[in-house]
Amino acid sequence: MAARALINVPPKAKRGDVIAIKALISHHMETGFRHSTTGVLYPRDIITDFLVKYNGEEIFRAAFYPAISANPFIVFYTVATESGTIDFAWTGDNGFSATQSAQITVE
Amino acid sequence: MSNTSRRDLIKATGALALGAAVPMVSVRSARATPATMRTAIHQAIGDAQVFKGKVTLDIPPLVENGNTVACSVSVDSPMTQADHVKAIHIFNEKNPQPNVLSVKLSPRSGRARVDTRIRLADTQTVIAIAELSDGSFWSGSADVVITLGACLEDG
Repeated sequence: MAARALINVPPKAKRGDVIAIKALISHHMETGFRHSTTGVLYPRDIITDFLVKYNGEEIFRAAFYPAISANPFIVFYTVATESGTIDFAWTGDNGFSATQSAQITVE
Repeated sequence: MSNTSRRDLIKATGALALGAAVPMVSVRSARATPATMRTAIHQAIGDAQVFKGKVTLDIPPLVENGNTVACSVSVDSPMTQADHVKAIHIFNEKNPQPNVLSVKLSPRSGRARVDTRIRLADTQTVIAIAELSDGSFWSGSADVVITLGACLEDG
């Protein structure tokens, strides 16, 4: 399943600034607690892990549970240390995996 | 004498009413309860004592649709190497499962704050617990009134 991921990283920042990073990914986050009209349980299908690396170093990690809304959206902060790449990875049930990356220039 | 017996009768009916209420609670056992939330908290942080304060959990007090509730947690911390927030956990009382979100932070975060959107099945209290670098735990909570719950409606 191809998931559409949207991320927002400021393209430029001053060294040492705290920047906000926003990440949104399309995923229905089926909780595993809902039944169909015929009483069949919809099996759980969620994103469970979200990992962010800044030039290869982990800067943020999150564990999602079914109580996270469909199309998980998360905002977190990091210190702009150096120019480079910020990599985002989502993994979840049924072998779900998605990655995205953004460039940042630090002056 | 007749007064005391009347009082006893009232007490007895009160106890009966309480007893009748118990099965009603167990019917909803598919949902998390404050007790299961405590268990989940214990699994996440162990036996550590949790202090109230430092953590601000910001959720609108009245929500129409429990499927997407804006939720932000911020912790009063300088986020330095010596004093920073290592992790934030969010728990709820009445969803089918007590866990909501767990995040790991570091001094590189710069700011101890996370925003997301969560599901809430019912009117309830949501709790956020932060683990600090000195090993202490701090919590903040928010009461939310939900008019349309999430998770349990069938589609």
